Amino acid sequence: MTPEAATAGGETVQLDARGLNCPMPIVRTAQTIKTLAPGQLLEVLATDPGSVADFAAWSRSTGNEIVTSGVQDGVYRFVLRRK
Amino acid sequence: MADSEEAISLVLFSGTEDRLQAAAVLTAGAAAMGRPVHIFLQYWALNAFRRDRIDGPLPLAPEAGAEGKEAFDAMHANGQQAWQQTLRMAKELGEVDIQACSLSMDLLHLEQDQLDPLVDGIEGVAAFYLNAGQGQMLFI
Repeated sequence: MTPEAATAGGETVQLDARGLNCPMPIVRTAQTIKTLAPGQLLEVLATDPGSVADFAAWSRSTGNEIVTSGVQDGVYRFVLRRK
Repeated sequence: MADSEEAISLVLFSGTEDRLQAAAVLTAGAAAMGRPVHIFLQYWALNAFRRDRIDGPLPLAPEAGAEGKEAFDAMHANGQQAWQQTLRMAKELGEVDIQACSLSMDLLHLEQDQLDPLVDGIEGVAAFYLNAGQGQMLFI
């Protein structure tokens, strides 16, 4: 299944996971990152309040690096690099 | 199937929607993290995986009460993904093996062709423990 929100635009792929509840942000992220080349970047937007802890855990567990992360107006943003 | 310590085993006993939903969320999360999941279906959970019932309405656990029912009604109205869809997604994403308990199959007079294709096979407790290995186990 290809997440409909993911569009390949140049180097960094975007994934809009806003409004999705746990565990869908990391499920969509895991699905999408599989379609990237090693080293390619994925930018994810999420509103699930567990996102910060979940993305940190997902990164540790899968070895895909969190390049940057932040939050603005209740939207979490993560830039991930495919292992 | 790998029996590494990373694997998680879930024994699903309850056939209520809230517990199946919780199990589906745990399964999808594990699959996203690359951890294999073994699911063993017993009793009323197995009944919920019947081909003719899997898309039907299910009760909630007694502790849900009126407030819980209201929360689930709101969730359905929002179009939030149902437990069986979350499990299908988890199976596409990772290593998720779903087995029916042979004793429960017998108790409920079921054959495998009466079960949803989400169910990979039928096994007994010995096979379940062997596949679970040293990994964590949850009873839901």
